[in-house]
Amino acid sequence: MDYFLELFLGGLTRGSIYALIALGYTMVYGIIQLINFAHGEIYMIGAFVALIVAGICTIYGFAGISVLVLAAIAAIIYASAYGYTLEKIAYRPLRGAPRLSQLISAIGMSIFLQNYVLLAQTPDFLPFPSLIPEFAFMEPVAHIVGSSELVILMTTVITMILLTLLIKKTKIGKAMRATQQDMSMARLVGINVDRIISLTFVIGSALAAIGGVLVASYIGQVNFYIGFLAGVKAFTAAVLGGIGSVPGAVLGGLVLGWTESFAAGYVSSDYEDVFAFGLLVLILILRPAGLLGKARKQKV
Amino acid sequence: MQGFKQSILVSIWFVFLTFPLMAVRVNTADRIVEWRWMNMLWVAVASFVLSYAWRYMLARKQARNKSEESGQQQGRVQVLLEDMGFRYRAMGVLLVLALIFPLVFDTYQNTIMISALIYVVLGLGLNISVGLAGLLDLGYVAFFGVGAYSYALLNHHFDLGFWAILPVGGILSCLFGVVLGFPILRLRGDYLAIVTLGFGMIFKVVLENWSDFTFGPSGIANIDKPGLFGIDMNIDGSTLYIYYIMIALVVFTILITNRLRNSRIGRAWIALREDEIACVAMGIDMARTKLSAYALGAFWAGMVGVLFAAKTTFINPASFTFMESAIILSIVVLGGMGSILGVILGAFILILLPEYMRAFSEYRMLAFGAAMVLMMIFRPQGIISNIRTKYEYKGLREETDNG
Repeated sequence: MDYFLELFLGGLTRGSIYALIALGYTMVYGIIQLINFAHGEIYMIGAFVALIVAGICTIYGFAGISVLVLAAIAAIIYASAYGYTLEKIAYRPLRGAPRLSQLISAIGMSIFLQNYVLLAQTPDFLPFPSLIPEFAFMEPVAHIVGSSELVILMTTVITMILLTLLIKKTKIGKAMRATQQDMSMARLVGINVDRIISLTFVIGSALAAIGGVLVASYIGQVNFYIGFLAGVKAFTAAVLGGIGSVPGAVLGGLVLGWTESFAAGYVSSDYEDVFAFGLLVLILILRPAGLLGKARKQKV
Repeated sequence: MQGFKQSILVSIWFVFLTFPLMAVRVNTADRIVEWRWMNMLWVAVASFVLSYAWRYMLARKQARNKSEESGQQQGRVQVLLEDMGFRYRAMGVLLVLALIFPLVFDTYQNTIMISALIYVVLGLGLNISVGLAGLLDLGYVAFFGVGAYSYALLNHHFDLGFWAILPVGGILSCLFGVVLGFPILRLRGDYLAIVTLGFGMIFKVVLENWSDFTFGPSGIANIDKPGLFGIDMNIDGSTLYIYYIMIALVVFTILITNRLRNSRIGRAWIALREDEIACVAMGIDMARTKLSAYALGAFWAGMVGVLFAAKTTFINPASFTFMESAIILSIVVLGGMGSILGVILGAFILILLPEYMRAFSEYRMLAFGAAMVLMMIFRPQGIISNIRTKYEYKGLREETDNG
């Protein structure tokens, strides 16, 4: 039973990270119907910036929780800035271009950002300091769920609540929903659509950066390539839950996390990725709209 | 003055953006922070200059869009390429050049040329599914891997020769394409991209972990080179031999893909790429047409995979990563989607340029990524755009002349 619980909680942690990244995909896809392939790279850049800031802070003698806060803030700011610039350079000039062109541009940007970090920093794995402290009150259950897992879960839940409030309750959220439903109509009622799209990229990137910092300090190492696999997995989660739907992304992330965790625990850890993609293919064949997505009728 | 101010702002923004990654390098083990201020200066100057170029190109693109609306204009190269007489003469000259190339240059140059030719065939194969049918396949390298592994394994276990496996490799990877493609080709374009990407990754994971069958990450060594009636050849000789096989394969590929493009099914692919719904309404079987594009693309990758295994005599899963798929895709995109000449040119530029400019080879993927984005924005048709064959109905004119 302990083993089962461990796998369950491991899957939950992993899944909530996927959910954080998947939200960026799903929000962008909901508005401009584009797979932002470079989203995983934004996550990786967030982790790298956090590593650099944390490194500088520890060397200049900061300690404890202040390092984590500073690193996370820097990561969020930079990831958002990269997301904003990315949209402006690679996607905005292609608005209205064929879908294939937009996709290729996104893949190009992903390759570019990966190699930019590779050349600017290092091709090796860098050790990431464990920024999350070990709590004393977690001692009795530490063999099943650690402090960092608890922090990851809490952060994810709080972020989700804030995001839901933003989308449902604020004026910006209303504008975002309107743009998602009908872009030209939203423009007619006076919504600055370009700004909403930029904002979507910024929010998605900030969420990815939070995920990046949490994962990096959980796993303890980063390199330029981590974004790619995480990005593909998170996209899988987004599709699984129904792309374009925010609760769907969360559900998809959790389902994917559990699938991987149980498959690795009970079957074989070598084929972890195979299970994830197998699940994706299965869902796409049986229920192309995803678990919570609505099937959109194609109009001629 | 407006532009100057804008460029200064862009420059400041990029300095801010690249600051932590370009200027700082932290060594946590030795507790040293390395500051690289010179990099910041480079970024500032480069982004200042590039922002001018960016604005100029955008303005030119807009101007071109306007002039295109008022009437189609064709470039000089385009006109020249449409002249069939010129085309045949140019092809003849190129073929002769290709045939005497290995006699002039040494084995090292031949080896480089062979790998460029391998990418030509791969590019032409991927061009069928991406360029003609508009199916973005990000796991194309898996088919290449199927070909290479089928030769390596069959050769290892059953001692079968190169010529026997060459078609078998092609057909096997074609079958692989059909099996994979069948469930996923009903999906919309962007889902297809991610699923093929997933398949490419699964393929590599399986190669690495299924050690009993694939020999795992250590790969398979001592694969036979192609035989020529049992004659023993030294390295120079066999390189020369593979070079000529490769030339023959390239010519064969060009002939077939060219015929395919102008055939009934080729036109169905192009129609499907342009508008799926209209195409289905015209009575084209969407699933079958897509599947044929996917499988035929896989066929070439399988054939050239066999040749790749025979050339290197050693293969392991590291040769079949996503990066290879990305390189092949950028060949197709940069060369011009759908254009055979463009893809060939793209393969030569993308493979030979980094080879002869070793000093910059680490910037290769950076440049590929940037080039893909810039190409899509400023020249989506590629270096050489695809020429659509026009059919004219001549019967009616004769009738009116007579009457």
